[in-house]
Amino acid sequence: MAIPVQARSGNVGDRTWAWVTAIFGGLLLVVAGLILLELGRVAAPAWSHIGIVKFLFSSDWDPVQEKFGALPFIYGTLVTSAVALAIALPVSVGLALFLSEMGPRSLRTPVAYAIEVLAAIPSVIYGLWGLFVMVPWLRSPVEPFLAKTLGFLPFFQGPPIGLGYLAAGVILALMILPTVASVTIEVLKTVPPALKEGALALGATRWESIRIAVLPYARPGIIGASLLGLGRALGETMAVTMVIGNSPEIHASLFAPGYTLPAVIANEFAEATGDVHVGALAALGLVLFGITLILNAIARILVEAVARGPRGARA
Amino acid sequence: MNAFQETTVVIPPSRRMLDLQAKPVAPALRTPASAQEPPKLQVEKLDAWYGKTHALHGVNLVVPPRSVMAAIGPSGCGKSTFLRCLNRMHELIPGARAEGTLLLDGQNLLGRDVDPVSLRRRVGMVFQRPNPFPTLSIRDNVAAGLKLNGIGGNHDEIVERTLRQSALWDEVKDRLAASALSLSGGQQQRLCIARALAVEPEVLLMDEPASALDPIATAKIEDLIHELKSRYTILIVTHNMQQAARVSDQTAFFYMGDLIEVGPTEKIFTNPSEKRTEDYVTGKFG
Repeated sequence: MAIPVQARSGNVGDRTWAWVTAIFGGLLLVVAGLILLELGRVAAPAWSHIGIVKFLFSSDWDPVQEKFGALPFIYGTLVTSAVALAIALPVSVGLALFLSEMGPRSLRTPVAYAIEVLAAIPSVIYGLWGLFVMVPWLRSPVEPFLAKTLGFLPFFQGPPIGLGYLAAGVILALMILPTVASVTIEVLKTVPPALKEGALALGATRWESIRIAVLPYARPGIIGASLLGLGRALGETMAVTMVIGNSPEIHASLFAPGYTLPAVIANEFAEATGDVHVGALAALGLVLFGITLILNAIARILVEAVARGPRGARA
Repeated sequence: MNAFQETTVVIPPSRRMLDLQAKPVAPALRTPASAQEPPKLQVEKLDAWYGKTHALHGVNLVVPPRSVMAAIGPSGCGKSTFLRCLNRMHELIPGARAEGTLLLDGQNLLGRDVDPVSLRRRVGMVFQRPNPFPTLSIRDNVAAGLKLNGIGGNHDEIVERTLRQSALWDEVKDRLAASALSLSGGQQQRLCIARALAVEPEVLLMDEPASALDPIATAKIEDLIHELKSRYTILIVTHNMQQAARVSDQTAFFYMGDLIEVGPTEKIFTNPSEKRTEDYVTGKFG
């Protein structure tokens, strides 16, 4: 019997399904595009009033006098996210290595569950805890101790206020830890046991097999996990607003109060008067969008470079 | 239970004709004590468990130095477990344990005072699937064991020597800095053999080293085993009985956790003492 030339009638279902999924996929792009367009439209008065370069690189923020400089917020966002990642990444990798390579198996499920619980806590709760428990603890003894031991660095100088970049960074570290740790645990699960055994059979200790076989294999995945955490840190609003001190200034010291892009938008939007102020806040939103995009691109390039390994790999 | 578990017979390699490089091996001996050359490896009453599963039952055998012993048997017969006990890789599997005596040059490997990490430097291993370190170059893969064990000397020279030993040098000498993953499966496996040889082990364990390779790559690995026998004591687990017949001096037949029979390869394949061995090597089961 010849195969019929005419397509089977079931193909109608296939075609419909293809269209439905295409519409859903396209919708996402459309929504993202509309958000960008709308932000751009609202931001336009600010751009024309101040000028893009002056907006991005001046550090004066005084809505009353219609002075709008985004630099303190960009700086605050980058610094707090960097502090958060610097704390959360080593802890997450250590935690994931302990759970998947070193620690007793019986501990894995309870700890994995605890990590999930950590991720489910609303950010305002983190903020409250940060304000009432962590900030006093940072004020004394943590910040005085840091000033005494590492005070020769510009990051650890000045009065220990408690509220500031460090407080925001630490709270962000706690908040992104579940994401980074749980993704890292999943990444470590994908390391082929044969690779570890190969190292051990050469006379490697457990730590050496992790260093030579496990971590290099997992590196692209761990970078991806950090990126997910970083994305959350950049956009986190509530908890940061509660502990950063909300002052639009730039300080080298992590003890000093600062401000971040999402925090200033949340705080001022409801009370903003005049097109220029609203426009400046929308422009800050665009800047945040841009930072996330750039960091994503860098991370993607990094992941690919690392996954490719030494020269001429996977020819 | 069975007389063959208690008697261990060691007879010189039956494949001298093919084995031009082999140094003379001790003549037939009934007890190791009377041997001119003491056995490299002596296994006495080795039992192994995975949790409650009794995977190996009282295995006894003797491997003379610079010879090849093949372990054959159907899946799950305990031959891989046996191999893994020899460098204590079984300890990596949760719940696995081994009891008995495993003498390497007279020292009990299973002793509490033996450090498995140092042991594995003396007893190297090649795995079923090639497992080069994916982020390291060809050169660094071979040198990995040297660095791990803090072995000094001219690493480039050692890398070249071991790559020559593993018959890979000519194929990779122009791209030592390339990733190990740029090699074919057969080349990767020879790279893994080179990596194992670089730390100069005394015993080389091979767990079905050619089962993931095509016939040409397999033939290269088998030739390599013939070459290596002049310097190393080799134990190879294989599912391929022709391979066991081609490469080994002695063959051990495992079945359901028992060592059924061990003896010169020629005898095992042509005139085994045990009915089950005969049935297996003639393909009646397994």
